[in-house]
Amino acid sequence: MKSDKRIGIEVIPGREGHICRKDAGASAETVKPAGQSGPDIACNRESMAGAVSQRACVFCGARVVLNPIADALHLIHGPIGCSTYTWDIRGSLSSGPELHRLSFSTDLREKDVIFGGEPKLYHALSELIEKHEPRAAFVYSTCIVGVIGDDLKAVCARVEKERGIPVIPVRSEGFKGNKNEGYKAACQALFSLIDRAPRGETVPLSVNILGDFNLAGELWMIRGYFEKMGLRVVANISGDGRVADIEKAASAALNVVQCAGSMTHLARMMEQHYGMPFLRVSYVGTDDMADSLLDIAGFFKDKTVQTRTEELIASEIAALAPELEYYRERLKGRKAAVYVGGAFKAVSLIKAFRALGMQVAMVGSQTGKADDYAQVRAVADPGTVIIDDANPLELAQLMNRLGVDIFVGGVKERPVAYKLGVAFCDHNHERKRPLEGFAGMVNFAREVYSSIASPVWQWVPRAAAAEGS
Amino acid sequence: MKSSASSHVSTTNPCRMCRPMGACLAFRGIANSMVLLHGSQGCSTYMRRYISSHFNEPVDIASSSLSEKSAVYGGAANLKQGIRNVVARYSPSVLGVVTTCLTETIGDDVRQIIAALLVEEPSLREVLIVPVSAPSYSGSHMDGFHDSCVAILERLASRPIPNNGAINIFPGFISPADIRHLGRILADFQTPAIILPDFSQTLDGGISDVYRRIPVGGTSLEQIGQMAGAAFSIEFNVTSPERQSSSALLESLADVSGERLPLPIGLRNCDFFFQALSDMTLTPVPARYKEERARLLDAMVDAHKYLFGKKVAVYGDADMVLALTGFMVDVGLVPVVCASSGDGAEFTRRISEATAGLETRPAVLTETDFDRIGSGATEAGAELLVGSSKGNHIARRLDIPLLRLGFPIHDRIGAQRLLHIGYQGTINLLDRLTNTIIAQQQDEYGNGYSYM
Ligand code: SF4
Ligand code: SF4
Repeated sequence: MKSDKRIGIEVIPGREGHICRKDAGASAETVKPAGQSGPDIACNRESMAGAVSQRACVFCGARVVLNPIADALHLIHGPIGCSTYTWDIRGSLSSGPELHRLSFSTDLREKDVIFGGEPKLYHALSELIEKHEPRAAFVYSTCIVGVIGDDLKAVCARVEKERGIPVIPVRSEGFKGNKNEGYKAACQALFSLIDRAPRGETVPLSVNILGDFNLAGELWMIRGYFEKMGLRVVANISGDGRVADIEKAASAALNVVQCAGSMTHLARMMEQHYGMPFLRVSYVGTDDMADSLLDIAGFFKDKTVQTRTEELIASEIAALAPELEYYRERLKGRKAAVYVGGAFKAVSLIKAFRALGMQVAMVGSQTGKADDYAQVRAVADPGTVIIDDANPLELAQLMNRLGVDIFVGGVKERPVAYKLGVAFCDHNHERKRPLEGFAGMVNFAREVYSSIASPVWQWVPRAAAAEGS
Repeated sequence: MKSSASSHVSTTNPCRMCRPMGACLAFRGIANSMVLLHGSQGCSTYMRRYISSHFNEPVDIASSSLSEKSAVYGGAANLKQGIRNVVARYSPSVLGVVTTCLTETIGDDVRQIIAALLVEEPSLREVLIVPVSAPSYSGSHMDGFHDSCVAILERLASRPIPNNGAINIFPGFISPADIRHLGRILADFQTPAIILPDFSQTLDGGISDVYRRIPVGGTSLEQIGQMAGAAFSIEFNVTSPERQSSSALLESLADVSGERLPLPIGLRNCDFFFQALSDMTLTPVPARYKEERARLLDAMVDAHKYLFGKKVAVYGDADMVLALTGFMVDVGLVPVVCASSGDGAEFTRRISEATAGLETRPAVLTETDFDRIGSGATEAGAELLVGSSKGNHIARRLDIPLLRLGFPIHDRIGAQRLLHIGYQGTINLLDRLTNTIIAQQQDEYGNGYSYM
């Protein structure tokens, strides 16, 4: 076992490069601030065998991006488990149809694996389209489909012709890489949906919302802001998404991209093919939320939009200031650790914690890429530990060593934090209260405070991490 | 949504979980053990999340994290590296190496890869590496569960040893609270007992001042070895084929006579169990359980009017559903849908036996999905659902209550602490059931009511 001296935790040989510390001084082990050259954090690689990575698979990436399209049929071509474990996995809300909340599978059996799954796929697709009358169908391939060699494209094309709706194969075999590959596969599927529809006139002062999944109704809140600014939303991609809207997406004036990791690929394709510009934004934390709206307003160079935006921001911030101040008073000086799916969100969370007077001592992501980590480094405090594709033992050691008060992560990390006596904030896809937008910042503060300030911790020892067994 | 009597080639809202999931659960009940899933990264992460959010415990399951290349050329290198890394990081005594759909399809010979690794790295021989084949395109999580128990017994308890007078219990997939309760019952019979698997601590651990890589608890290797010398075995599993029966295996390999009993839920099944224990240990049923039995009878009488004639749809693992069905019939409830996620002629046969006295026979579904359970419940006019939290969609749609039990329960806390078995577990279940029905009536009754 290798002990990483810089950080003081044990890691599997080969994982050292995925962990680093941003330092104030110029020691050889430090990571350079963004913009300077120097050794980078190792990232966007295959997870190491036996490392117990927290990552899911390509299929998962594709599914989470596309699934919120509520009037489409989402059929998983594969064995049953892949579908069982992803049923209703994200709490994406829909204002209308809820077809996306059903989990469809071809449930491949031994005979299909031996003789091929195409006939079953064909029948399954046909019967489900007949029954549910979706506006489009997405067919996801899982690992074994990639191996048994079913011709998804051909089956989809045949059904598309017979049924008269777009039937789109999603190349999401789980082994093809990490979640990022799945995002890409999803973007390709989305682009193919957009591209097969006729292209309309560009709607003035209009945007597409990319990379918001309408967890706990967050997208509705963001749409509300845009409408107040005087903008029209052409398509939500994909939260509360509808096939017909997405087909019109090429007629928006601007793509507004949150969750850059998952959706930049689509924005780039639309830029290339239609010359549509895009802006990267973040709705997490008041600062990033306000900056994002100002950037969008700035893009349109429209006086009314600009004034409305400034008014909106001023009134929203004024409305939440007293409550935020209440939490700030009580939370300042506390330390947090952040481990999320994409590094882009981590950047916003560092700022959000700073706004609460808190410090982020550790920050990491499952699928961050080099430029995401450069941004993380740029905003992180000196001394912050940055980690890529972590595993529970590394996280446990870090929580302990850094003495954090709260951990922000997903379901799998929660019990680890609790066993160590560390408070926890769910910032995952199952959330039921919006954490985006201005109002979301107050919810975030409340969520953090309600765990940190709970009296239960007085009885709970801070466990020494990762004792040998 | 158009309703159609479709031929159902497709599955909608699966009920079945896959084989490796069951293997992970079973290995979790063995002391100081880890599982490595040989396949893509996603499978293990999904299963961790599924198990972890039911038990609210950290669940570390490794993966050989196959990539595109290994999917084409075979996963030997990844598997070897995975085993090395898990052993280095977790120092397990037992490592289950469980295949997945992918590695079964590409046809990796796991036994041979492990053998080669042990030659390359003899120090790994200190770890008991147990391969389990788990292609999920046949069977369900319960197959993976039973197969894993059988695989480990084959390695550790495959020949007769001197009699040690202990009782082996193969409880199947029950809750940590259930396993603890079993332990107490056996202690009260003053008989040493070995329970396999025992995840009563590993999946329901307390807070302590050390964080362990592998949680404490579980059946130790010595104990498993001693199972070959037990006086007899009891196995709560009447639905699996013989080759998946741990007690049958011990009987044939180690001459330990065994009995397969239904899960001790409900008066009848509990009586079978306590009687069997009493016969085998030549000890009368301890007074405490006679009292519990009397209290269960009392509870059944207290509850009977609220339950009589209520139609219930029940779903889950075959043995659990079977026991629940029998219990429901005995308290006057009417099972209208009995659904098992697994396959099984035996399940179907036994359900029809258990419901022979009913005027209307229930719909019996095997290898089913929630779409079919929902249709069945709708057609039969079910008034209550009983099963995992995944029935919540149906409950909302039909506006009927759902009593959560079994696995998984992802939308409530405390699943690991639910007691289902024994007279006491049955009392708890009965009260929860009855109160669920009463609460519904109360909500529907004008302003509610204060006395019944
Ligand atoms: S591929 Fe097989 S083992 Fe993996 S999650 Fe899917 S069904 Fe389960
Ligand atoms: S089989 Fe492949 S696609 Fe399915 S869950 Fe596993 S890694 Fe993902």
